[in-house]
Amino acid sequence: MSSYRTPLSRARGHGAAREGAHHWLAERLSAVAMAPLVLWGVFGVIHLAAGDYQTAADWISQVQNLVLMILLLVVGFWHMHAGMRVIVEDYIQKTFSRVSLLILNLFVCVLAGSLAIFSLIRVALLGGAL
Amino acid sequence: MVQLALPKNSRVTRGQHHPAPAGAKRVKTFKVYRYDPEGNGNPRWDTYDVDVDACGPMVLDVLIHIKNTIDPTLAFRRSCREGVCGSCAMNIGGNNHLACTHGWEETAGKDCVISPLPSMPVLKDLVPDLTMFYAQYASIEPWLHTTTPEPQKEWLQSPEDREKLDGLYECILCACCTTSCPSYWWNGDRYLGPATLLHAYRWLIDSRDEATGERLDALEDPFKLYRCHTIMNCAQVCPKGLNPAKAIAEVKKMLADRIV
Repeated sequence: MSSYRTPLSRARGHGAAREGAHHWLAERLSAVAMAPLVLWGVFGVIHLAAGDYQTAADWISQVQNLVLMILLLVVGFWHMHAGMRVIVEDYIQKTFSRVSLLILNLFVCVLAGSLAIFSLIRVALLGGAL
Repeated sequence: MVQLALPKNSRVTRGQHHPAPAGAKRVKTFKVYRYDPEGNGNPRWDTYDVDVDACGPMVLDVLIHIKNTIDPTLAFRRSCREGVCGSCAMNIGGNNHLACTHGWEETAGKDCVISPLPSMPVLKDLVPDLTMFYAQYASIEPWLHTTTPEPQKEWLQSPEDREKLDGLYECILCACCTTSCPSYWWNGDRYLGPATLLHAYRWLIDSRDEATGERLDALEDPFKLYRCHTIMNCAQVCPKGLNPAKAIAEVKKMLADRIV
């Protein structure tokens, strides 16, 4: 062993971060919220699959559809970010790689989510006019 | 990244074969992990054809028989031989067991494969280095914390409150659960592991303890506690039939209870 640190000192490490409970609760809350939202989203998309672009644009222009779809995207992308964060923390041990991937995960999720929401609002406001 | 292959000097090679004595009627092959820290060689699998009529029914009986009559160089820990001390925890047929309470006939397959507890450094043969495991246990301060001046006699506890410790106090710290946990394999330097967290919960719900808040503070951490993803290997392998995953879930509920 290259270090004279005692085992207890290594076990204690930097102490507890005093966070995690909110993240844990939010993971579960977002999962609960997604259950009905995803069901609604799947039925919505099946319903739209038969129609043309204008039908879809009209459907998303309705307030309740737009709001629910944005909620689904926000909760979905948040949940995706949380899940990917846990996977990175589980499997990537080197601090530099872990922090880099956590930042990348955050940026990709925020960017993809923002693009999706902007596109929805654009279609809803322009009512299908390309 | 996770290491998917063993480093070169840890690859297990084929070892010696010890044939059964002439005249043996019932023979079972035991494939045992061997590692000699004093040599330069890699670990190896030695195979022993054992006359099982000559020894008792448990894996520990077989190991003692091998050490006494076939190969005195085999190293393993054992003490009570009745599932109380937790010394002889090892991996038998792919699952962690106490060698003293696990019959070799219970292991499926032709050979009975015996290796040390997974993921821990190996000192010799079947003897793992549990230093960090014990240090992590010590880090949760597993004793009564009180501020109130000590009573003249003992701290009192109602029978109902005492019952809350059932399923927790029986833990013998054999490390079967902790070393079977994938989260502990990947993050064993930061994640406390199921055994330590079960004991943490044992002190959290002790009605006589006055440091519940501080204990929860010390556990609330993405790595120390929240690496548990309820994989349940711990509950599956516990030789005492305890459920560390449930205890960890209760700790998470206590932490959630503080913020809602």
